[in-house]
Amino acid sequence: MQMMTTKEASVKSMLQEVKDPEIDSVSVLELGMVEQVQVDDAIVHVQMLPTFMGCPALEIIRANVEKAIKQLEWVNEVKVEFIYQPPWTSERVTDIGRQKLKEFGIAPPPKQIGEDGEWHVDCPYCGSTYTTMDNIFGPTACRSILYCKGCKNPFEAMKPVSTMM
Amino acid sequence: MKTAQEANENKAYKEAVTELLYQLADDDFIHAFRGSEWLGLAPHIEEDVASSSISQDTMGHATMYYQLLEDLGEGDSDELAHGRKPEQRKNAIILEEVNGPGNYLKEPDFDWAFAVVRQYFYAQSKKIRIDSLKNSSYQPLADVAVKVNMELYYHLMHWRTWFSQLVNGKGEAPERMKKAIEKVCKDFDGVLTLGPNAEVMASHGLIEEEKVLKQRWENEMENVFASLGISLPELGMERGNGRKGEHTKDLDGALATLGEVYLSDPAATW
Repeated sequence: MQMMTTKEASVKSMLQEVKDPEIDSVSVLELGMVEQVQVDDAIVHVQMLPTFMGCPALEIIRANVEKAIKQLEWVNEVKVEFIYQPPWTSERVTDIGRQKLKEFGIAPPPKQIGEDGEWHVDCPYCGSTYTTMDNIFGPTACRSILYCKGCKNPFEAMKPVSTMM
Repeated sequence: MKTAQEANENKAYKEAVTELLYQLADDDFIHAFRGSEWLGLAPHIEEDVASSSISQDTMGHATMYYQLLEDLGEGDSDELAHGRKPEQRKNAIILEEVNGPGNYLKEPDFDWAFAVVRQYFYAQSKKIRIDSLKNSSYQPLADVAVKVNMELYYHLMHWRTWFSQLVNGKGEAPERMKKAIEKVCKDFDGVLTLGPNAEVMASHGLIEEEKVLKQRWENEMENVFASLGISLPELGMERGNGRKGEHTKDLDGALATLGEVYLSDPAATW
């Protein structure tokens, strides 16, 4: 593994400050959206993976990433590129990201999906496993709506997506 | 071919991949628009959220294809989406058809049976096409196919559920579904065809042969139809071939509405 340079590390620390505009507790790093950071003197290239393609937040995220990195004194130019390969999958959300999603009231994506495509998540509020799917499609492309029969709260879950589908 | 640059160095290849991308882009673009016209009108609120989310994903897929066309030097992707004339469009005719009498703002008397049948048939044909495109000789398109496939999984599951439940439903549902199936079949060959240059696309390894893909779609459908105790009517292309730029006035109306904001000031940032 290559050693991260000081410059790359400082870019990563700025990326940690860029949150998902629709889930403001989780950073783009924690969501697994950053594929590569490359520093070329004063130019920073960031390759990012879109979660869902129709996500209207992508351009906002791009602008926020540029703005954040430009705050570094040595940076002259920031190039943010969305790429499709490798595809973003819900397994890319980090453990800290999963924890922060829960704090926001969103169940992290399930790690396992049944052979018939069925999946299950526990309630992010009370931890109960007694939950039902209300709607696979939710308020944003990457979320589903569920209901907890334990604490009687509706909640959302991040939809699992994988190349196995 | 790994990149747009490589594709551009081979004229015949470039023409074939461009033609295919226009079909894929225009199909998703117009289908997403007709789907979005159900916003606020779907049978219940969960469906409003679901079908709108599916339309949003689908528009995202069109965006990727237009981007691939831009990368091949076809022009700005927004212009490709909004600025091209109806006769330049390559989408299938059944996808441009209005959702029903009236219009979105005034007395929309839309037909949910037609919406479900068109959505389900289209999602299944898209699934077969995408599975083939995962092995496309054009690497950027193969990458996009992997991405689309993950989202399409949920779309297909959604529309298959609606389709089976309404066909097996009570009251007027089965009869309305039967009529909708007949209506969609009359023009669905227009979706399953890859147009006059289908063979060239296959010979360049961009996608499999049209007849292979069509057979796969029919097999899939016949299994589902048999399990529901109904049969699949004959497929046709009654109103023309959209792949040749043949269209109905429904497309004019859709493009005028879709492009209204963009065309008022193409240089603006929205």
